This record gives sequence, structure tokens and C-alpha cells, in this order.
Amino acid sequence: MQVVQTDIVVVGGGGAGLRAAIAVAESDPRLRVALVSKVVPMRSHTVAAEGGSAGVVRDDDSLDSHFDDTVGGGDWLCDQDVVEYFVAHCAEEMVQLEHWGCPWSRKDDGHINVRFFGGMKFQRTWFASDKTGFHMLHTLFQTSHKYPPIKRYDEYFCADLIVEDGRVQGVVAIDIATGEFLLLECKAAIICTGGAGRVFGQNTNAGIVTGDGMGMAYHHGVPLRDMEFVQYHPTALPGSGVLITEGCRGEGGILTNKDGYRYLQDYGLGPLDPWPRPKAMELGPRDRLSQAFWYEEQKGRTVSTPLGQVVLLDLRHLGAAKIHERLPLITEVAKTFMGIDPVVSPIPVRPAVHYSMGGIPCNAHTETPLKGLYAAGECSSVGIHGANRLGSNSLAELVVFGKVAGDRAAQYVKAAPAPRSGAAAAQADAVEKRLLGMLGRDKGDRLATIRDEMHQAMDTGVGIFRKADTMQATCANLAKLRDRYRSGLKLDDRNRAFNTEWLSAIELGFTLEIAEVIAQSALNRKESRGAHTRLDEFKERDDENYLKHTLAYRTGDGPPRIEYAPVTITKSPPKTRVYGGEGKKAELT
Amino acid sequence: MADTRTIEIEVLRYNPEKDAEPHFETFQVPFTNDTSVLQGLLYIKDHLDGSLTFRWSCRMAICGSCGKMVNGKPELSCHTFLRDYYPGKVRIEPLSHFPVLRDLVIDQRDFTEKKLPAIKPYIVPGNPQPLSAGTYVQTPQQFHKYYQYSQCINCLLCYAACPQYGLKPDFAGPAVLALLHRYNADSRDRGWEERAEVLNAEEGVWGCTLVGYCSEVCPKGVDPAHAINQNKVNSTMDYFGVLKFLMPRGGS
Repeated sequence: MQVVQTDIVVVGGGGAGLRAAIAVAESDPRLRVALVSKVVPMRSHTVAAEGGSAGVVRDDDSLDSHFDDTVGGGDWLCDQDVVEYFVAHCAEEMVQLEHWGCPWSRKDDGHINVRFFGGMKFQRTWFASDKTGFHMLHTLFQTSHKYPPIKRYDEYFCADLIVEDGRVQGVVAIDIATGEFLLLECKAAIICTGGAGRVFGQNTNAGIVTGDGMGMAYHHGVPLRDMEFVQYHPTALPGSGVLITEGCRGEGGILTNKDGYRYLQDYGLGPLDPWPRPKAMELGPRDRLSQAFWYEEQKGRTVSTPLGQVVLLDLRHLGAAKIHERLPLITEVAKTFMGIDPVVSPIPVRPAVHYSMGGIPCNAHTETPLKGLYAAGECSSVGIHGANRLGSNSLAELVVFGKVAGDRAAQYVKAAPAPRSGAAAAQADAVEKRLLGMLGRDKGDRLATIRDEMHQAMDTGVGIFRKADTMQATCANLAKLRDRYRSGLKLDDRNRAFNTEWLSAIELGFTLEIAEVIAQSALNRKESRGAHTRLDEFKERDDENYLKHTLAYRTGDGPPRIEYAPVTITKSPPKTRVYGGEGKKAELT
Repeated sequence: MADTRTIEIEVLRYNPEKDAEPHFETFQVPFTNDTSVLQGLLYIKDHLDGSLTFRWSCRMAICGSCGKMVNGKPELSCHTFLRDYYPGKVRIEPLSHFPVLRDLVIDQRDFTEKKLPAIKPYIVPGNPQPLSAGTYVQTPQQFHKYYQYSQCINCLLCYAACPQYGLKPDFAGPAVLALLHRYNADSRDRGWEERAEVLNAEEGVWGCTLVGYCSEVCPKGVDPAHAINQNKVNSTMDYFGVLKFLMPRGGS
């Protein structure tokens, strides 16, 4: 096996990974940093983020307000010390991106503009039309060319970590083009592999969002934290699940049911007027909006389409000029995928899985419980999202904590001992042998069969609303699926070069375990909080017993062991989450 | 579900470990009105032949992974629909002008490892201001000089469309020249001189023979042909030494 020596491996080339790699290079150009990604970095799923990225800049806004919105939005499951750091560093990172060329949308006076977003009291969402993730990602990717210490390994699939003497000492990757294995010996690894939305069938995520990094860390004894908190985005296209940005509502779009009625006023988000006003009606948080859809569907007030039940996202009153300037991508998407022009017709939408609030636990320095392992971005659980993420906090998270991870890992490796080559090589050989073994099986399930059954189990058991009996059924199903996976899939493709079926089979191994962690964590949390909402006897939030982080530890072939850890509260004791109500009319810029 | 019909998809197959030559293979694929060409390929992979190999990711025409030749035309396969080819068949091939790694997967390293880095695709600031000074100011006029060219998703459809790239792979090509222009035209940038060598070279803007098919196939309206033409003017003026006077940022 080919061996490469480096100081730091960044796994994943999306927004967090690129920002981390740049931070390493900037903090000490003598350090060697390997950026390993299963797709060329600009293909990463950051590219699909639409609406924007938070950062306090307006005179009427404050860091305290961003803090309060985030902690309340997260239903008090956020680590408040981390949120304090986060809100204080968002704007600086947005400015940094601007200096690197990010084409933020601007006002006529040439200064950057900010828009409203759900659950945010002031306009603080920086945006680049409705392609914010695309522009941030390409800005970071292109800027990364400035830094010679960053050595890219494009289309290398990270298959496992090498852990020896209680610390990370390497990463095993597959060169996708050839199917050959590569061992990257390192002193530290930063996991930036994104979320795990592909655990579910109905989702807004790209095909690559399979939770590989979470799975790798989990295999090495790192628990996964708060994984039951899965965000349903309220406005995705039916069928495909393609995302229609919250920016639509930030610009003044409304949601109506089949009677043309703005149904959100019936679910604690009203009254209707004055409109628009922040943190009310369509500018409420995502968990509440997705739940309201579910109730409307139960009441038979949604619209039936060949692709299922939908509600209508109406932008027509914004006018063609504003729609084309602020929302060009969703205009194109609505036309292509639904044959609808948002200037003349409302867009049919429904909720779909969008974001993993939980992930690899880490502190504000992005350090995980495993020495030498750092995590940033959606794969991590740094503590800012709690039980429900606010829109536009995740893009900001990528750069704020991507930078922290790069800086901290750079500091750490200076004092860390060199990897022990012999031990790493032996482990890497074992990984290679195990994974190559998947290519030779003559019987077993088809990959798509197991994957589709997992989707079905997750969509029915751990959806927007949850109940003990259906969650138990899902857990039982997942255990069986893991058994079938373990006894081997039968792959059609036995080749090494660019064998995407093989890679998908490896991904499915990670995904199945993450599915089980989500379902078991949900079943164990006997309360309702944020995106985890139960319809059985646990309908209320229970701070006495569950103002805690869930930690799921891998036990091998069985279900995870669930433990709980305290939440850090600094200045905001838990209160009732209130949206809607009185408020003054907001001016949209 | 709406009416399901069946369409014939003909796919180019090439396995470097087994095949001396590429060949076509035909699949019968069920589809409905909203089935994209990409979903057709995914159906084949899931149910008929797991060894069919192609790139894809976002399925919403923003990641740039899934470009293919569809009935001879460069297209994003997620953005192209089977209904539009029925009752005829669909023939899917890898993007033209690139080496093929396997089936529909091209070797894109000429773009990602050579051409893109060569243009210094980042802001080269003249007199950098610290982050504490806040953002730069850009008037709407300054913004619109480069914004369109920042829309490139690097899908490489324009390279598959460009006859010059097919003939002379050294030609920098449409996307890279559009990106070069994107940075040169940005009021925050002073890197114009550093990029001049690529721009003015035989393989730079002068390699283009004005076919314009690149702009026609671009799924994001970047119009690389326009960027190249503007730079032929710039390159000429640069030759005569007048550009520095006309463009206040040039080299100042």
C-alpha cells in the first residue's frame, strides 16, 4: 500500500474542510495538510445551500439577540459557551469571505445586504442571491489554490481512521480512479464530512451525504451526540426533495393550504398581522413549520398532487424583478422540476429531511473525545444547534469552526509525537483486506434493497412526529438490516477502478449504523424538544430529566449504548419557546 | 403515480480492466413525466446493472458533477428529462474531448489540476485591508462587471462543446477564461498582470475561434464566449500598452 506522510489530514472538502485547510496553511506554512475528499471539493454539498449565512452587522441587531434566537431556536439544548463564541465570530468570517471574493448581495450603496430568516429577530443573514452555499464553496475552493501547503487528494474515499496509542495516527483512503488503497500517516485529522441526510428517503441532500465521517469516528469509540434531532426543512419539492430556500420566506413569501388560507396562524405562529414581522408566521423556525404541515395533512387541508400532499409557497406578490434578483436559483429549479414559474404560480412544497443537528461531539475548540481528532461542520456536534437549528447558522458554522479546527489542529501537531509507522501499516492492511472482501461475494442482498428498506424504516419511524411503537418497529427493522448487511451484499461490480457500487456499499455500512443511532436515541428521549416531537405520552419538554445531550456509543453488532451528558448553560435558563404574538411590522430590505 | 412509460437508454460502456474498446449497451427503463436522465441512470444502477459507472451528486444542477453527452449534446443529466426524448431512444456518452476513466466518467484533472490553478483563481489584493476594516464597497456597476462570470459551476459542458479544446487540449478553454475574467473584472482584485501570461498566450483567448457553442450549452448563463471576446480586446490593448491607462486597477 502506498504511504504518504503528512501532518494533518482534513477529511472532506466542503466549506468546513476548505476553511480548516486554509487555516492550517495560514497558521504555519511549514505544516503539511492533506485535503482528502471523495468528490472534487467544489462538488461538495455546501454547494447546494441557498438562503444565506448569519452574522450580526446591523445597528439594530446585537450579538445577544443572535445568541437568544439561537439558544431559544435550539430549545435550550445548545451549549451556551459555544454559542457565545459562535455569534461573536460569524461576521468576521463573512468579512473574510468577502475579502476572498465572495459575491455577497449588496445594497445600492455598495455595502453588503442582509435578509430575514426563520427564527431570527433581525435581518442578519448574509446572502449571495439564493446560491449562497455555491458562492461560499467556490470562493473557498478557488482561494485554497493560494496555499501551497494544501495538498489535495480529489476523489479519494476515506474508509477508516488509524487509531493507535489512543490517538489518531492516520487515515486510510481509496483512490477512486484506480481502487488502490492509500495510507496517510498524520498526527491529527479533522473530520468535515457533512451530515447524514441520506439515511432518510425523503431528503434535500446530495447523494454524497452519507455520514461517512460520523461512522468512522463512531467505529473508533467516539460517541455520536444528539442524533435524534433531525431537521425537516418545511419547503422542499415533492418527489425529488429538492430544496426551496427559506430565503423565499425571508423575502416575504407566504405559505397557504388548499383553501388559500395561511394555516400557520393556527399553530402558535400568528396572528397574521402585521406582516411581515420576525419570528412569526412564515418566519417561524423550521421544526414548527414542518409540524404544522403534518397537522394540515391530517386535517385534509393540503393539496393532492401526483407526487403526494403539498402546501403552496406563494411568491407572486414579490413581483418578477425581486424574484429574479433575489431568488434566481429556485425560479430555475421550480421551472425545471415542476414546470412552474414562481412569478405567476405558487410553488408546491412539503417537508423533507434536511440537516443533522447532532454529530461527532466536540468542544468549542473542535476537539473530540479522541486525541488528535477534530470535527467541524454538519458532521460535528459542537453545541450551537441544540434541538433545532436556525436557518443560516450552518453556513456560518462551517467557516467559524472550520477555522478553529485548522488553528487548533495546527497547534496540536507541533507538540504531538510522530505516528508509529509499523502499527499504522498493519491496521491499514486489515482495513484493505476487509473492504476488498466485499467485492467477491456471490450471494446476498442487492445494495438498493437494503438502502430502500432503511429509507422506509426511517421515514415511517423517526419522521416529523414520533411514537414509541413505531420507533420500536424501526429499531427492530434496522437491527435486521444490519444483520443482512453484515452477512454480505452481492455486488454486480467486481472491479477496482472507479467502482462506485463498492463505495456506496461501504457508505451504506456507515449509514445503517447512523440510522440505528438516530432511532435508538429518539426512542430513549422520553420528551418532546425541538425537532424531536412525540405524539405518545411524552408530548412535553422535560427539563428535569432531559435537558441533556444524548451520547450513543457503539457496542459492536448490537444497538448503541445510550448515555447522557450535561448541557452548558451560561446566561439563558430554559424558558418556553414563543413565536408569533404581538410585534411590529418589519421593513424588508 | 402518473403514467409510467418505458424508454430505451443506450449507454457507452468502457471498463479499462476488461475492454479493449468502448461499446454501447441498451437498457429498458421505466419513467414518468418527471424522471430526469440522471434518475434513469440511477434506475439502471439500482435494478439492472450495479456496475454502470457515472458521477452525480446534488441532482439540482448546482454541483456540476453529472455532465454527459445526451444524444450528442453536452447536458447536465439531472436537468434533462427522459420525457423529452420519448418515443425515441436516449444515447448517453461521457463528455466529449476528455479521456474516459470508465463508462461515463471522464478524467477531469486537466481542468482541476492544470488549467484552473494556472489562472490564479482568487483575489490578488493590491493593498489588502484588515478584516477589522470591514467589507470592501462595490457599487452595483462594479458588481455586475464580474458577477455573471462567478456563476460557473465547473461542469465542463463548455469543454465538451468546444471544438478547439477537442483539437488542441492545451487551449485554456471557456470556463477557465471566464473565471480569469471574473477575477480580472473584480474591483477588489489587482492580479491582472499575474494572469496576463495565460490570457495573452496562444492557448489563452487567442486559441478561441469564436464558435460560441460553449455559451449555448452553459447551464448557468455564464456566456464564456463573451468573456473571451472581451479579453481579446483587452489582450490587444495590453499588447499596445494602453490597458493600464484604461483600467485603473491594471497594475496600479
